[in-house]
Formats: sequence, C-alpha cells, structure tokens
Amino acid sequence: MGPGNKTAGGPRARMGSPARVSMGDAWSWRVHPDMESERRRPSFDVERLTNILDGGAENTALRRRVESIIHSDPEFSLKENYFMSQNEHYEAGVKKKFHLQMLARRLGWSEGSRELRYAFRAVTGDLALGLHHIFSKSLQSLGSEEQIAKWAPLCDQFRIIATYAQTELGHGTYLQGLETEATYDADTQEFVMHSPTLTATKWWPGDLGRSATHALVLAQLICSGARRGMHAFIVPIRSLQDHSLLPGVTAGDIGPKMDFEYIDNGFLQLDHVRIPRENMLSRFAQVLPDGTYVKLGTAQSNYLSMVVVRVGLLLDEINPLLEKACVIAIRYSVIRRQSRLRPSDPEAKVLDYQTQQHKLFPQLAAAYAFHFTGTSLRDFFQESYGAILDRDFSLLPELHALSSGLKALISEFCTQGAELCRRACGGHGYSKLSGLPSLVSRVTASCTYEGENTVLYLQVARFLLKSYLQAQASAGSASKTSLPRSVAYLTAPDLARCPAQRAADFLRPGLYTRAWAHVAVRLIRDSAHQLQTQMQSGAEEHEAWNQTTVIHLQAAKAHCYYVTVKSFAEALQRLDKEPAIQQALQRLCDLFALHGILSAAGDFLHDGFLSGAQVDMVRTAYLDLLFLIRKDAISLTDAFDFTDQCLNSALGCYDGNVYERLFYWAQKSPTNTQGNPAYQKYLRPLLQSWRSKL
Amino acid sequence: MAVTMNQDLRRERASASFNPELLTHILDGSPENTRRRREIENLILNDPDFKHEDLNFLTRSQRYEVAVRKSATLVKKIREFGISDPDEIMWFKKLHMVNFVEPVGLNFSMFVPTLLNQGTAAQKEKWLLSAKGLQIIGTYAQTELGHGTHLRGLETTATYDPETQEFILNSPTVTSIKWWPGGLGKTSNHAIVLAQLYTQGKCYGLHAFIVPLREIGTHKPLPGITVGDIGPKFGYDEMDNGYLKMDHFRIPRENMLMKYAQVKPDGTYVKPVSNKLTYGTMVFIRSFLVGEAARSLAKACTIAIRYSAVRHQSEIKPGEPEPQILDFQTQQYKLFPLLATAYAFHFVGAYMKETYHRINEDIGHGDLSELPELHALTAGLKAFTSWTTNAAIEACRMACGGHGYSHCSGLPNIYVTFTPTCTFEGENTVMMLQTARFLMKSYDQVHAGKLVCGMVSYLNDLPSQRIQPQQVAVWPTVVDIDSPHSLTEAYRLRAARLVEIAAKNLQTEVSHRKSKEVAWNLTSVDLVRASEAHCHYVTVKLFSEQLLKIQDKPIQAVLRNLCLLYALYGISQKAGDFLQENILTDTQVTQVHQRIKELLTVIRPDAVTLVDAFDFQDVSLGSVLGRYDGNVYENLFEWAKTSPLNKAEVHESFYKHLKPLQSKL
Repeated sequence: MGPGNKTAGGPRARMGSPARVSMGDAWSWRVHPDMESERRRPSFDVERLTNILDGGAENTALRRRVESIIHSDPEFSLKENYFMSQNEHYEAGVKKKFHLQMLARRLGWSEGSRELRYAFRAVTGDLALGLHHIFSKSLQSLGSEEQIAKWAPLCDQFRIIATYAQTELGHGTYLQGLETEATYDADTQEFVMHSPTLTATKWWPGDLGRSATHALVLAQLICSGARRGMHAFIVPIRSLQDHSLLPGVTAGDIGPKMDFEYIDNGFLQLDHVRIPRENMLSRFAQVLPDGTYVKLGTAQSNYLSMVVVRVGLLLDEINPLLEKACVIAIRYSVIRRQSRLRPSDPEAKVLDYQTQQHKLFPQLAAAYAFHFTGTSLRDFFQESYGAILDRDFSLLPELHALSSGLKALISEFCTQGAELCRRACGGHGYSKLSGLPSLVSRVTASCTYEGENTVLYLQVARFLLKSYLQAQASAGSASKTSLPRSVAYLTAPDLARCPAQRAADFLRPGLYTRAWAHVAVRLIRDSAHQLQTQMQSGAEEHEAWNQTTVIHLQAAKAHCYYVTVKSFAEALQRLDKEPAIQQALQRLCDLFALHGILSAAGDFLHDGFLSGAQVDMVRTAYLDLLFLIRKDAISLTDAFDFTDQCLNSALGCYDGNVYERLFYWAQKSPTNTQGNPAYQKYLRPLLQSWRSKL
Repeated sequence: MAVTMNQDLRRERASASFNPELLTHILDGSPENTRRRREIENLILNDPDFKHEDLNFLTRSQRYEVAVRKSATLVKKIREFGISDPDEIMWFKKLHMVNFVEPVGLNFSMFVPTLLNQGTAAQKEKWLLSAKGLQIIGTYAQTELGHGTHLRGLETTATYDPETQEFILNSPTVTSIKWWPGGLGKTSNHAIVLAQLYTQGKCYGLHAFIVPLREIGTHKPLPGITVGDIGPKFGYDEMDNGYLKMDHFRIPRENMLMKYAQVKPDGTYVKPVSNKLTYGTMVFIRSFLVGEAARSLAKACTIAIRYSAVRHQSEIKPGEPEPQILDFQTQQYKLFPLLATAYAFHFVGAYMKETYHRINEDIGHGDLSELPELHALTAGLKAFTSWTTNAAIEACRMACGGHGYSHCSGLPNIYVTFTPTCTFEGENTVMMLQTARFLMKSYDQVHAGKLVCGMVSYLNDLPSQRIQPQQVAVWPTVVDIDSPHSLTEAYRLRAARLVEIAAKNLQTEVSHRKSKEVAWNLTSVDLVRASEAHCHYVTVKLFSEQLLKIQDKPIQAVLRNLCLLYALYGISQKAGDFLQENILTDTQVTQVHQRIKELLTVIRPDAVTLVDAFDFQDVSLGSVLGRYDGNVYENLFEWAKTSPLNKAEVHESFYKHLKPLQSKL
C-alpha cells in the first residue's frame, strides 16, 4: 500500500488488497488505521466467501468486470444523487437506462443475463423503465405463444415502453376488488376498457406517469354478460409518434413520494378505450370471437406473474438494501470512537460496545440468512416454473405460499434492520450523504408493494391451516398423503420440552431448528383450534376467520422464521469444504435463530417448551456470540463486495476515511455553491427592520 | 371546507360513546386552554401572510426560503398579536410551521435559553434583547463531526490570551468541525460554541462562548470562520443544519458565558459552585421531547385511523360490499395499541412538564435533591417514548398501504421530522444507560440498607437475599388483568426483577474482571432492558393514575379501556419477561391475548372520535388521507394533478432520451 498504488485499475487491485482506493479520491490513498487493523488477521478467506455469495468464482470475476465498465463510465455516476430534484432524478433515471441499453447492445448483454443483473446492481437500480421488464415477465407467464412472439421483440427492442397497471386508487392487494372493466364487444371483436369510478383509477404503476406507451391493465373481464374475474390486457396509452396521450386516456404522475424519485409512478383513467380481442393475454383463459369464455388454468394461474416478481425482488432488490445498510453501519462503527471503556484508554470504537453489537449483528445475520433462504427459494422456483407453464399446477400453492411468506418476512426484517442500522450511526445516519436514508426509504416500500405484508401473511396462514388439517386427516388414516416439503414438519414427531442443558446446547442447529418447528406447529394448531371454537360457538366461517386473524398472523410469521432458520442451517451444512467460512457463518446462523427466540421468548415459554432457566441459557449464548462475531464483522461485510460507488456513502467507504469524505461532500452541496437568495430576500430586511427601530 | 362529509366518517362520529370536546379539554389541561389554543390557531389560519405553496412540491432550497420567510413573518406577528406566554408561543409556532422546522428555531430554543441560564447580568443585557428580536440570529454549536453525546470528547478549543484579553477559538482537526447545529449553515450570524477551555496552560473542560460568525450587513463569514450547510438529509429540508470550522478566531473575554465558571482578566479560572444546575436545561428539553413524541404519534394515529374508516378493501363475508379496513382485526391490532400509546405518552408528557415546573421552583429555593432522579427519569423516558413513537409512526404509515408512501399522506414527513429525536439531545442507548446508572445506584443503596424514594421506591421491596425460593411468595402473584392498578403492579414487579437481574449480572462481571467499565459494557444489553422495564412501568403507572382524576363517566370508561389495552398489549409483546419471572402464568397470558381482542372490539366504535379529540386542524396534519371530512380520493387526485411534474403532458426527457431509445434499438 502507498501513494504509488493509488489508481485502482486492474482487477488485481480489487481483490481485497488494501491498495483499493475509494471513490477515486486522490487524497484518500491510505486506509484508515482503525479499518486496517480490522482486516489484518481475517479468520477466513474473504474472497472465497464472496465467491460463494456470487455462486462461483467465475461469477465474481464477471461481476467485477461489469462493475468496472459501469463505474468507469461517467454517464452512470451516482455522485449527484443526493442533490437532485424529483425532475432531475427522473431524467437521470431515463438517461441511465438509455445508456445501459446502448451499452448492453454493444457488448451483447442479453435481457435477463447475468451481466445486466450485475449492471443493475452497480447502478444501484436507479433506472427508469423497471416496469418494462415486469411487463415482459408477465407476458412470458400469461401470454400465449403467439402473443409472446408478437410482443416480446417489440418490448426487447424498446419499440414500445410498457408498464404493468394493477393497483387502483381505491383498491390494492385484494385483486377481486379492482373496478376497471374490460367488456367484450362481439360485434367488433374488441374489448372496451373502462374506469367506471374515481376509485377505479389505476394508481401507483411505475413508468406510467410519463414514460410508458403501453400498459398491461388488470381488469374485470365481462363477456356475454358474465363477470369472469381479473384478466390482463395490453392497452396502448401514448402515441408512438409524439408520445401524447391517446384518445380516451388520462394519465399523469402521482406526485412526490418517500423515494423512487427516478420512477414516474402514475395514474391512468380509461374512458371506453377499445382494444382488439388479441390483446387479452390468453395462456390460461381465452375469449373466443363469439364471446365464449374458455378457462385453461386454475384460479391461481393469474397470480403466477406476481410469484415471478416476488422471487426476483428478494435477491435483486430487497435484501441487498439491508446488506448495504450493514456494510455502512458496521464500517462506520469501527471508525467512530465514543467515550472510554477504561479510564486510561483512548475513546473506544463504538463497535466494541455490547449495545452497538446487539443493534447491528442481528441485522448482519439476517442479511446472510435471507441471502441463503432467497437462494433456495429461487432454486425451488426454477424447479417448478417450467411445470406450471405447462399447466401442471401441483407445486403452485406451495410456491405461492413460500414466496408470499418470505417476501413478507424478508421485507419486514430488511426494513426494520436498515432503519436500525441508520439510527446506529447516530446523527450522521440522518444525513443523506451517509447513504442510509435512501436505503431505508427505498426498502420500506417493499412492505406494501407487490402484496401488502399482512395480506400475504394471511395467505400463508390459509395454506398452513389447510396443510395442518390435511396432516390431521392423514394421521388417522392408513394412507399417508405427503405434505408439501416446506410444511412436512407438521407431521414430524414433536418434543414437549427442549432438551438443552447448557448454553452451548443452543449452538446446535438441529436443536434450535426443532425449537422453531415446535413453536410454529403450536401456533398453527392454536390458530386452527381458535377458528374451530369460533365456528362452534355459531360464528360464520368468514367472521370466525376475521376474529382470529391475529393468531393466524403469528402462526404465519413463526412458520416463515422457521423456514428461514432451516434453510440457512441447511445451506451451511453444504459448506463443509470451507471450515473457516462455515464457522463464521454458523455463528450468524446461531445468532439469527437465538435472537428470534429471545424476541419471541413468550411463545417459547408459553407451553413450557423452554424453561426460564433455558431462556437464560439462550441469552448467555446470544451475548457470547456477539463477542465472537465482533472480530469477523468487517470481513463479513467486505465479503458482500459492494463497490464504493455503488454504496455511495460518506460513512461506508472501504477505506474508512469517514470524516474527510463527509466534510468534502457537504461542501459540494448546492446549498453551499449556489448563494443564499433567502438572505437577500428575507433575512436582511428582517435584520435591518430592527436596526432602524433601535 | 368541503360541503359534505364522507358517509363513513359521519356514521363513526354519530356512534361515539362520549363527547370529544370534553376529552379535548382534558388533553389541553382546561376548557380555557382549548379556547385560547383555537383562538391562536385561527389567527394563523385566517392570515394570508402565512399561506404558501405545498412544500412537498418544492426543492430543498425553495423550502428553506419559504421557512425563512415564515420565520420572519412570525416574529412580527407574535408582537402584533401580543402573544407572550411560552406555551402560547409554542402553539403558535407548531401550527404555523406545520410539521416543518424553522431555521431560526435554535435562536429561541437554545441560544436565548442558554444565555438566560448561563449568562451574567451584563451579558444578558448586552445580548438578550437583540437575540429575542432577531437583531442577531443565534444558534447553539455543540456536536462535532467526530463527537456526539459524549461531551468530554469534544475537541474544539478556546485558549485564553491574557495579553489581549481574548479567547482564541480553534478547530484543530477534521473531527473537531462543529457539525449539525440547526440554522448554522446559512441563517445565523452568531453561535454559542461549546469548547474546551484552556487558560494558564491547563484544560478546564467544556464551556460556552458567544462567537460572531457573519458580518452584519453583508452576512459574509468573518475571516477565520468557515461555515456552510451539511447537505441533504432524511428530513428537515427547511433547516440549514451547518458546519463550522474556526481557525484561531479571536473573541473578547466577555463572550464566555460566566454566570457559573469565570476566567478573570489575568487568566485565573474560577470554578462554578454546582454543576447540577446545567441539568435543568436538559431536563426541560427532554420533557418537552416526550410531549413531542405524544403529539407526533397522535397525528399519525389520526391520519391512519380516519383513512382506515374511509378505505374499503377485500371482503369479510362473500357477496357483501367491501368492509372498512378498520373492521379487520389485523388493522385494529395494528392501530389501536398505538392510539392507546399516544394517550399514554400524552399523560407522561404532561406529568413531566408539571414535575419540571415544580422542581424548578425547588431549585429556585436552592433545593436540588430531586434533580438527580428527574434527570435519570427524563433521560430514560425520552429514549423510551421516542423509540416507541418512531416505530409506531412507521406502523401507522404502513397501515395505510401504498398511499402511506406518498407524501400526500403526510406520514413520511411526520416520520422524518420525528426520527432524529432518537439520536439528538442524547442518543437513546446512552440515555437508557444513564437511567440504568441511576437504577444501579438506587439498587446498591437499598442493598446497603437505605431506603430510596420516588419512582424507584419499588426497589425497597426487593427481598435483600433471594436465596430461598419461598421468597417469591413475598410478591403478590395474583394479577387481575381487568384492573389498571393490578397491571401496574405487574409492571412494577417486572421492573424490579429486571433491575435486580442486571445488578446481579453486573456484580458477576465485576467479580470476574478487574475493570468496572468493562463489566458495565458486558452487562449493557441487560441494563438497557432494565431501564426499558422501568420506563414502561412509569408509563403504565401514570396512565392508570390519570384515570382517577377524570370526572366524566363516559370518558373515564373509554380511557380506562385504552389504558387496559396499553398495559395488556405491552404484556403480550413482552410475555417472555412476565412468564419467565413468574409474574403471570401461561393461562393468564392466554387470557391477556383474548382480552386484547375483546378490547379491540370495544374500542372500535369510538376510534374515530378518539382521534378527533386530539383536535388537529387539517392544515396541521398536512395529510390528504387524514382529512376531517374524509373526502380522500377526490383530493388525492386533485393533489396529484397539481404536482409540477404534470405541468406538461409530454416531459422533455421523452425527446432527449426515450425517443432515441425507441429509434436506435
């Protein structure tokens, strides 16, 4: 290391060597000594862990190649991000999208390729036209072969810009409640698309406000006088010539939001807009020219595109936001010094405080847990997707339940975790220059988009209830019908008491996984019983359900936590060739499981499964883990391998030169470079008005 | 005002079991307070000088400008309207700023009070009047780039030069740059700067100095002063939080605030009599922040509950129209405990304000005995209420689904304006540990055979030796989950147990290690838990005591239900503590869960009226979703249409980027 190495050119310089220069800042040629000391003796090979997270060393290499292309191109610079207005954000988002598409074409990066995924990561996803790809995915899952053949090339070549319009002003996650209508007119073989009320206005779809030329509109199909439920229709909304709105279409931007300023979330009203019959996506349902309705799929098949989107979001959008928050907060916490641990010592790194570890390490553990769980969900999805497209729906209920539940759990934890990380940085976490406010306000949207979390949990609860009743029924009979994999534990033998005798026993994945299984099963059983009791006392089924939803929610959450603990633990078993990495990650897995137990201690104590003494053991084991994870903390965050450009944080850079960067960035703020009109207009007269009187 | 009220809200209001006006009087303290508050609010609402564009549609720099204009107007109007009572000034400001902050705020909240508390008579005479009239605009500069809550760590120096009788103010390092003070970046021309005092070669710790920053007349930074805005933040867009770097900047000796400590012309340092006195300001600000937590949460609840009564979604029974989402148990379970919390914190805030004034009188008479406990209690309660409120506002926002994410809901603004409370005026974890220090001290006193008084007196009942298991029987284990008083006892028990556990774990660590500080650090998670339990107990206790003071039967009944819900919900969230410490049996915990669900149903018909009683004007909520008349969707659509982004039907970026994209590929 030294001034001679200050240009971070080739991939060698990026291999975790201390010569890595942050943000190309010439003054920052030296890693902060407090950061350097953290990296001096890593307990495992950080590069190797990065490879594992990337799914192979060749992926790591490819990702870094893409990142260096993106970061060396000034068009993709994120430096101005925190200083832009909503309009400027939008324009930058469109501009970057344009350049990325040009680049992709030049370099031969195809749609859905790893290269584009990595590029998306490098520009932190701040690209307009994201819904265009959701349109594509929906087309692939809901369109017939002819429809795909017609629209996919138009889409891929950006001859049209498309969005996906589902949510309405007055209606969200509950699809049957949507009011937009598509009435089939057999005379002209057209659908008449119409928004009958104000609340039927499509509201929120991204790219709709100012960009899209076409929208995939979810609407109630009415044909031959009968309502057939929700179907998807391709509706042209803007002229391909001059981009003006087509007749009968009212559309615009819905105004400022917490974040996603680069996206023009929009509204759309349709006034008897006619589209050809062929524009209804018809893989799972068709309307014949005479108006006959033909159903080819199950009621759930329309949900398929939502499943596709949710699975993709977990690994590509939601969890990376928590990972970045952890990187920033943990790096900052080894630079920030505050108070003294011993009177004779210098001020201590804040990461050495138990309370700081208690705030941050559970978030780091969760980020790893979700990485591995998200990966196994994706594997399961890829395994079952083909079959579903071929109209074999046997795995769809489980896939739907798993993806809904994990989306809810992961978005909830990532949101809380990112906000905890932000606040763990004290006042500086409130500055946008820390990068954390943007991460928080972006991740928090995930709790309500693509299915509001409470609604999703309750869908999981219905699946659990069904599986539970199925398990009960098969327990009595000789023929054992097999339960879906993720709920197979409902029939596994259960322990009434946890066998742990010492704190160390709680570091056994088998033991805590079973503890979680026990609590999940108990809550599912309780929720089934409460529902039954309500119904036996005369309540109608629907009312009984509503009166017991709090416990259903609890049961669904416990189930999702169990699934996460289990798949994290299983993923680590497969790392037996990497004992050092396995050990470091095992501690995170233990911490994730035990933190969950302590947070829900009441559930574990409730039926005596854990005794008070055992909860104390869990607490002891938990606190000991914090101490053990401390020395690996920086390596574990380095392993995510986010570039400094993509973190875009004055607090979280690799080199740890926090204060210099914060001061330097603040000085560049337009508030400091563009004069102060408010002084001239108001402060000066105010000060002088008093002067004249005195 | 809209002509018609939304039908759902009309029905909700008709079904209330009590008169909201009477409850508003209770919350304001008296009918007279309510009347005067509304009178002042109307002064502002009817004044065209306070009208401005929706801030959500403005850039940061425009927002700053609006805020400065309003501050300037405000100063004139306060005089014009003859408002002088501090409470009234606060109402006035609250409404005129509407969830937003003002750049000259610190002049009034920090600069002037510090001058009052720490300045000599001569200093007050010189500075006070001009500061009060904004002839000078002052701020308060304490936090540094590298140093926050731990005051002793601050690096800025003030070195006395007896030759010229001046102090030399200096920022020796990057980490010593003053960072964050509100109004420092662009607005203020003076600051009270906290710096390490050096005189006669010796450091005497932190002292306060009045430092001129900008030239009068031109507003340019003075030579030796580097000052600017720290850049964009999560919220506080209107506020020019600033940085300040001083390069051997000289100020006269008289600019050190010398009511307590002094530096004589020859450089001799004279020590202050008592350092407890500075606690006073901190206690005041923290008790004010507890009230702020209650107000912010009350606003968030008002918005979320009204919207939930207007929003229809999904179905409970097939074939029937979509129900109000407030009829879903999950929605009630999300919102009603938060509503109960808003009421609980209101009463805690009122209690603290009252106590502060009482103790302030004692201080006036030289009696400082209650100050340490009050200081410890305010630290913990500030942390406890701000953490809870922080999460609760977010929960309210999310309970509004997607629309909560739009600035039209007003909730993002309430959140980002409130959330700094968790880190400023003492970072919350540090605050909790301060309370814990007091709890440990009290515990040790009890162990040494002394009695302690005040909110910690429960420690007197702790059996000194808990070796024999039958000692458990000393505690009353029969908790009546329908009695606020009995639930207070349960919380009291939990606090006592968790304080004891933390104390014992601390002792164990001390016996294993040499340093007390290391032991303290290794017990700090337990210590924070103990403090939280203590604050939770205090909150339940104050809420349940409040019930006894209420005369009106229907209001007492509805508040009693809220109090029960607050207490029981807390138990269900922390069931582990109550079970593990044998305060409740698992059967009782099951009953608690059941009782909570019953209370949700009981509170449901009064929910909208309970938020109406907070009596926020629509303009002060700043929310389309939370409008009193409930005409949400029409106004949402109107709001979006006025967004500047919709001014042109085809945005210019279409020609710049989208069209080429379509043609080039």
